[in-house]
Amino acid sequence: MNEITCECGHVNPEGTVLCEACGKPVEDNQHLNGNENQALLNMRYDGSARRSQTYNRTFIDKVWNFFSSVKVGVWLIVITLIASAIGTLLPQEMYIPPGSDASTHYKDQYGLIGQIYYQLGFHNLFSSWWYMLLLALIGISIIIASLDRFIPLYKTLKTQKPKRHDQFMKKQRIFGKTESDSIDMQLMKENLKKNRYKVTEEDGSLFAEKNRFSRWGPYVNHIGLIVFLLGTLLRFVPALYVDDFVWVREGETKMITGTEGQYYIKNEDFILENYDENDERFQEAIMRNGQPVPKTYQTNAVIYERTDDIVVGKDPELKEIKEAQARVNHPIKFENYTLYQASYQQNEFNEMTFKLHDMDDEDSSYGEFTIDLNDPETEYELDSGHVVVLGSYFPEYELDDGKPVSVSKYPRNPAFVFNVYPPGESDGEPEVSFAGIGANVDGSGENEFKVGLVDFDVRDVTGLTVRKDYTLPFIALGGAIFMIGVIQGMYWNHRRIWVKPKDNGVWIAGHTNKNWVALKREIEKSTKGTGIEPPVDQQELKD
Amino acid sequence: MKQSTLKKKKKRLIFRTAMLAVMVGLIAFALISNLKDDKSVVAKGEQAPNFQLNKFGTDEVVSLDDLEGQGVMINFWATYCEPCKEEMPYMEELYSEYKDKNVEILAVNLDSTNIVVERFQERYGLSFPILHDKNGQVMDQYNVSRLPSTLFVNADGVVEEQVVGPLTLDKLDGYLNEITPET
Amino acid sequence: MGDLSAISSNLLYAAFVIYLVATFFFAGAIRDKKSTSPDRIGKIGIILSIVGFFTQLGYFFTRWGAAGHAPVSNLFEFITFFGMMLVFAFIIMYFIYRINVLGVIALPIALLIIAFASMFPTEISPLVPSLQSHWLYIHVTTAALGQAILSISFVAGLIFLIRQVDQSKKTKQTFWLEFVIYMVATTLAFIIISSVFSAFNYEASFEAPVEGQPVEITYEMPAIAGPFDGELISDGAMSPLFQAPEWMRGVDAAIKFNTMIWSILGGLVLYWLVRLVVRKRIGSALQPLLRKANPEIVDEVGYRAVAIGFPIFTLGALIFAMIWAQQAWDRFWGWDPKEVWALITFFFYAAYLHLRLSRGWQGTKSAWLAVGGFAIIMFNLLAVNLIISGLHSYA
Repeated sequence: MNEITCECGHVNPEGTVLCEACGKPVEDNQHLNGNENQALLNMRYDGSARRSQTYNRTFIDKVWNFFSSVKVGVWLIVITLIASAIGTLLPQEMYIPPGSDASTHYKDQYGLIGQIYYQLGFHNLFSSWWYMLLLALIGISIIIASLDRFIPLYKTLKTQKPKRHDQFMKKQRIFGKTESDSIDMQLMKENLKKNRYKVTEEDGSLFAEKNRFSRWGPYVNHIGLIVFLLGTLLRFVPALYVDDFVWVREGETKMITGTEGQYYIKNEDFILENYDENDERFQEAIMRNGQPVPKTYQTNAVIYERTDDIVVGKDPELKEIKEAQARVNHPIKFENYTLYQASYQQNEFNEMTFKLHDMDDEDSSYGEFTIDLNDPETEYELDSGHVVVLGSYFPEYELDDGKPVSVSKYPRNPAFVFNVYPPGESDGEPEVSFAGIGANVDGSGENEFKVGLVDFDVRDVTGLTVRKDYTLPFIALGGAIFMIGVIQGMYWNHRRIWVKPKDNGVWIAGHTNKNWVALKREIEKSTKGTGIEPPVDQQELKD
Repeated sequence: MKQSTLKKKKKRLIFRTAMLAVMVGLIAFALISNLKDDKSVVAKGEQAPNFQLNKFGTDEVVSLDDLEGQGVMINFWATYCEPCKEEMPYMEELYSEYKDKNVEILAVNLDSTNIVVERFQERYGLSFPILHDKNGQVMDQYNVSRLPSTLFVNADGVVEEQVVGPLTLDKLDGYLNEITPET
Repeated sequence: MGDLSAISSNLLYAAFVIYLVATFFFAGAIRDKKSTSPDRIGKIGIILSIVGFFTQLGYFFTRWGAAGHAPVSNLFEFITFFGMMLVFAFIIMYFIYRINVLGVIALPIALLIIAFASMFPTEISPLVPSLQSHWLYIHVTTAALGQAILSISFVAGLIFLIRQVDQSKKTKQTFWLEFVIYMVATTLAFIIISSVFSAFNYEASFEAPVEGQPVEITYEMPAIAGPFDGELISDGAMSPLFQAPEWMRGVDAAIKFNTMIWSILGGLVLYWLVRLVVRKRIGSALQPLLRKANPEIVDEVGYRAVAIGFPIFTLGALIFAMIWAQQAWDRFWGWDPKEVWALITFFFYAAYLHLRLSRGWQGTKSAWLAVGGFAIIMFNLLAVNLIISGLHSYA
């Protein structure tokens, strides 16, 4: 539990591998960097005293040290990687066909493998608690491992002295001895400066260093990752994140879900445009595709704000705030909300026009009437005096056990039961008939009249995602910091050169964290004309 | 051992404990939020948000706030929802009994066309008020995603019970009893 | 229009041929003969590579002109672009380290990739709405460049392994090295077989049920594995030896399965042909050719490639991807298979970079990791599009 005083006089913290000032290996601590019986020193973290390797007393310390290990970090990454890979083998639950039940879908589609996949929760891997926990553990590992390394490394690099211990010099990968009495140290110094090194001196020893800041790159990028992870965490704060969806029919004005009743949208028009099949450029590709290739999905919309006090359910007073188009890749933005063109349905029925005529004569007519499918009247009086009463209306008609039912409120397959009263007989028994798309059934089999479909009008429905996301700036900031950090760490290298005069010449050593070739080239350039022989790469000799 | 070293070590322990505690706290927050992420109907014990809707087929306006002091059953339904059809007769059966005990039933309907609801009302002979949530505003406010969904609100406006899916006669009777104000 | 697209495809052919010639020059440069000057031959090699690269750039921009959008929107275009970026990455690394041996491996891989790309439909396809964004080329080009530079670490790793793996006895390492070589043979076999059958316009049609409906399925190679419950309707076509398993659904599943069988068998034939000729492991036969490579430097090239490629990959495949996804699909991340595999690639190289810190992970282990990384990149490029698919499936 004691501090280590080096022979150079510097007092090092416990656990130091190489003296912070002169680099002399601390004999008892060489195992910490695996240096025993090695010809070359392991220079990671510059032999600084990493905290994780010094205390291991309390439970907290043990947990801390566990996460401080790079090995643990790598294992966490590898486990996450494998889990993620398995998670892509079969589609995630959110990508299976809408309406299908996950508990049977996987088994039906993929058999036993599918069932196992489902049972183990891989169908919803990326929002499962254990996958999130893995990411969180990686986060913890990043924080602790960085703290444990950055602080001592920072101190060591700040404390380092130009004059280095012989043991340190000799055990560098780049090392050379020159025996000569005509060595131009001054020129060496100038050459190093010319190569944009920062040169300091102590007792005639030269120390040249460049790009130390690149050593902070990993810590900067780790900060970026942490900001990013915290940003994703913010999503769970409801006030910061809204994710909703709204369907709007052409001509319809609708409350935008997720805006708490504040905003409304009117769908003026939904446009689906396909590529021209005769376009010379794309002809072949469209042919191969076998069906039209869409070119545009667009909603022309008007956005309104509600101006009266919001009472849920009450009809709102609206003020137009914006007229805008939502296209894929070009969402509508208003206030803090964004509307994305996400889906559509074409050709939903809007209006249907019927004609009352004699059962056996299609050309006869007692008048026409038009039903607004979204707001039908109960009865329609025709010019001839006939009255058609809507006995029943099924917006999306289906037969269920022989009984007509509607499976939704949307007029996708409208059907009606008509009660027809001849003029002046509104108290009598009506003629009953059933009419739908492609169906027209005579209720009694003896009907005199028939209600026939003559025309219809359709409209499109647009589906828009509603988003409000205050977490994006954090996420973006995290990403930016990460990129700065990685570039800082990867595109610059920390290079150091030590030159130490000896009785009968000079020793030279060099170190870099990557790109040894460039370091060697720079040393070679700097030694030119100085009488110092270029050093050798001791690792290469070893092979 | 030197005093300063001990102090340093103590500081370190406190720092490490605090860091770990914060991180564990954040993870717990994330995991719990994730579990709760499924938007659900206004939860038990919460105040039922106010709304105001037209009584079906009339201009009469019903507002939840006006019913304070009464037990209120809010039932979200639609004519195209099969299970809703099953529980309607039960509601009708118990309505007059509980009406006298100061319990109101509000059947919030989500259809879009009047005629469909009108015909349904005629066929089933429903006497409790049917409210028309034409734009789905109330449904959105209450985060209702499946029909039928039913909330039982007590006299203080607090949600006593919430049920997603159809009710049986027994259950309905029990829940209505729960929200019956004491006299 | 038609002219431009014709010029474009001719430029691609030209680039292909130039790369091929450059490969021979590099191969000449690493030969151990003292009489010729390896540096001069190597220089011709790199000049040719650069000329080839610009020729391919010509292909790229003429096709851009013809299509009206950057040609990175379908599998053919993307893989070709990836091949071009691989050459570009090689040129960069060559100028940093000046080693000829890199060209001997990098260029053939780029050639294989470009040839492989041409097996997919090559016509110009229109852009669907979600792809109509500047982010298409910002994202795709950066991601491809990142992947290409990362792939150079595979090239270096392969050189390192061929040079260093002890071939005197059979070990796990020699086995896996042979396996990597066999995979190359499989790719080559796929290219040869596809080209041959398409040259003869081979077609075999089947009628088979897909989702309950009878559908006509047309094979462009003789069917070894026919569609499940399929009935051969073409005259004179080979009848299948067996049927694809039932769980392979969809019109294309059985075709892809059949192609895979052909490639695997073709790869085996190619591999064993070569092996019988050289009469030893192929890795062992290649070893002496790479004797001049300095393993220290090759190892560093591998590490450097990851160091340079990793930030570019992250920027292109994750960050730009997120920005675009936020714009087009209303969320920056959706756990789409392609996204997940980009994340996996990111994780993998992050692990690589952390492991490099530890003693003992340099050299052989790093080289094997680089091979693994390339496998992940290829998986993301091909398997995700052809087998798993998702929002990114434009094949």
